[in-house]
Amino acid sequence: MGTVILLTLTGLGLAALYFLVASGLSLVFGLADVLNFAHGLFLGVGAYATWWAAQNLPGAGPDGLGFVLAVLFGVAAGTLVAVLVELVLIRPLYSRTIEQVLVTVGLSLAGVALLQATWGADARPFPRPEWTRQVTSVLGASVPNGGLLLIVAAVAVLGALLAFLRWTRYGLVIRAGVENREMVTALGIDVRKAFTLVFAIGGAAAALAGALGGVYFGTVSPGQGGSLLIFAFIVVVIGGMGSVVGSAYAAVVVGLLQQFVNYYGVSGLGDICVVGLLAVVLLLRPQGLAGKVAHA
Amino acid sequence: MTDQMVDAPPAAVPAELTPGHSRWHGLRPWLPLVALAVAAIVPYSTLVLPGIFEGPLNSPGTLQLLAVCLVFGGLAAGYDLLFGRTGMLSFGHALYFAAGVYGTDILVTRAGLPLWQAGLFAVVGATTLAALLGAVALRTVGIAFAMVTLAFAQVGAILVARNFGGWTGGEEGLPLDVSGLPPALVGVTNTVNLYWLALAYLALVVFVVHRVSGSPTGRVLAGLRDDERRIGVLGLDPYRFKLVAFTLSGGLASAGGVVYCLIVGGASPHVTSSELTLSLLVMVVLGGPGTRWGPVLGGVLYMYLDHRLTAFGASDAVDALPAVLSAPLSQPLFVLGTVFILAVYFFPGGLASLTTRLAPLRKALRPPR
Repeated sequence: MGTVILLTLTGLGLAALYFLVASGLSLVFGLADVLNFAHGLFLGVGAYATWWAAQNLPGAGPDGLGFVLAVLFGVAAGTLVAVLVELVLIRPLYSRTIEQVLVTVGLSLAGVALLQATWGADARPFPRPEWTRQVTSVLGASVPNGGLLLIVAAVAVLGALLAFLRWTRYGLVIRAGVENREMVTALGIDVRKAFTLVFAIGGAAAALAGALGGVYFGTVSPGQGGSLLIFAFIVVVIGGMGSVVGSAYAAVVVGLLQQFVNYYGVSGLGDICVVGLLAVVLLLRPQGLAGKVAHA
Repeated sequence: MTDQMVDAPPAAVPAELTPGHSRWHGLRPWLPLVALAVAAIVPYSTLVLPGIFEGPLNSPGTLQLLAVCLVFGGLAAGYDLLFGRTGMLSFGHALYFAAGVYGTDILVTRAGLPLWQAGLFAVVGATTLAALLGAVALRTVGIAFAMVTLAFAQVGAILVARNFGGWTGGEEGLPLDVSGLPPALVGVTNTVNLYWLALAYLALVVFVVHRVSGSPTGRVLAGLRDDERRIGVLGLDPYRFKLVAFTLSGGLASAGGVVYCLIVGGASPHVTSSELTLSLLVMVVLGGPGTRWGPVLGGVLYMYLDHRLTAFGASDAVDALPAVLSAPLSQPLFVLGTVFILAVYFFPGGLASLTTRLAPLRKALRPPR
């Protein structure tokens, strides 16, 4: 029983990480039709900025309020990079989907290489508060606190995103834009402002994932974002593009499946099962669990 | 002023339809063969090109680098059959290449098959795999298709990295067991044969892609790229044609994998990574998607730069720069990624479009008649 609970909670921790990356990807894709390969870069920027701030920023540190400040700095850096990418690189290519993908591909290659050039290719130990190294006993299972922190953060982000989408004017514009962008534009609403906004939200969520993922794994390395990104893509496709709730469901399914199969089966089999699940979902329900029909 | 405006030829006529200058025009169809002949006799030259290659042209190191460049030229041309000619954005092309590399390596090293059987099985197996996975992935279109192919390729990367059954050698890769290979393909002195093999592969891919794109099927593929719905309205099944292109492209990539495995003398997990597919995409876009020579040029140039920029990054000229500049410049991927982004913005047609882009300039420089 203890094992099952432990696996469930670590699986949910993984799911939380996927959700933080996938929610932004899904919104960006649903609204602006941009498959953002540079999303892994935002994650890397968030992780490295937090790591840097914990050591160099006055007032920030690896513990207590200082750590909160470091994470805030990381999230701010990720958001800033995301907004800059949208304004400088994506916006001029508006409605040219393939070119946008190509630019984000180039950006992911160059950006990760830049991180590597600046801080080296090797993983760096991540500064984390003392309590995240310890475990909490939940129904007889010792669960690492870092994973619990991820779950709490992801639930908070999910709640905040849903509240934002449901009860604010910009949330309304984004939801309407995902549904039918031409109609929103025809009504005289500048949908491009919403593009920048979803990029900012996605960048912030990804940077948070980078910072908390650093806490969870204990290290930070330039390639971390890339490997997470592929599973985030899978989560987005399974959940349905443009749907935050769909991403959340899909993240939970993917995280749990991966964790349980990797434990009870051969290590690595879980990752393959996830792709199998993707194939099944595509065959039975090409638009994903909760999404609009994925069109070109 | 008015005179010049009248003189200007209509811009819409493609270059190959306008009659060229008489002397060169007759030669034009033969240029690929001339290029092939020149490339074939390169190993007989002892030319030293300082700064471009480290040794003389016929030294094994240079020949191996050239062979890798040629294989990637062929791979890029095969990938262009998907991306440039059919308009399918696949992010999983590395899988079929890796299937060729690892298939050959495992069959030769672990199963002890002779090379020709191993190569044949690897290509047939990888082509079948491409057909099966393509049949699933092509149920989606556009960006979703890109994500799905990426996910499938990731399975390949996981299978190789986790080393199930100890077949793939995991992170360390699997060196090729050369004892059973034909002696002409083994050893440093025989690098030249591998070079010719790579050249033959490139020629094969260019020939196949050229024939396919000229055939009725190729015209349907171009139609799919331009307007898929219209092809459907004409009564043709887009799914089948896309599957044909996907399978053929996968098969060509796996053949490249067989050659690459011989040149490098083994398999390493980096051939399964999504970065390889991304770099194929970069090659095609830099060279010029949908053109005959653009992807080949892009592939050769990319691999060359990828190898040489490492040396360039370690050179004194770069080290002398302040750290802010020298650190990024020592990363080949940073340079190539930046060049790629610039190319997407400023050279949408890639290298292949340079001739048409430079035409006005040449015209302006030509002495007035």
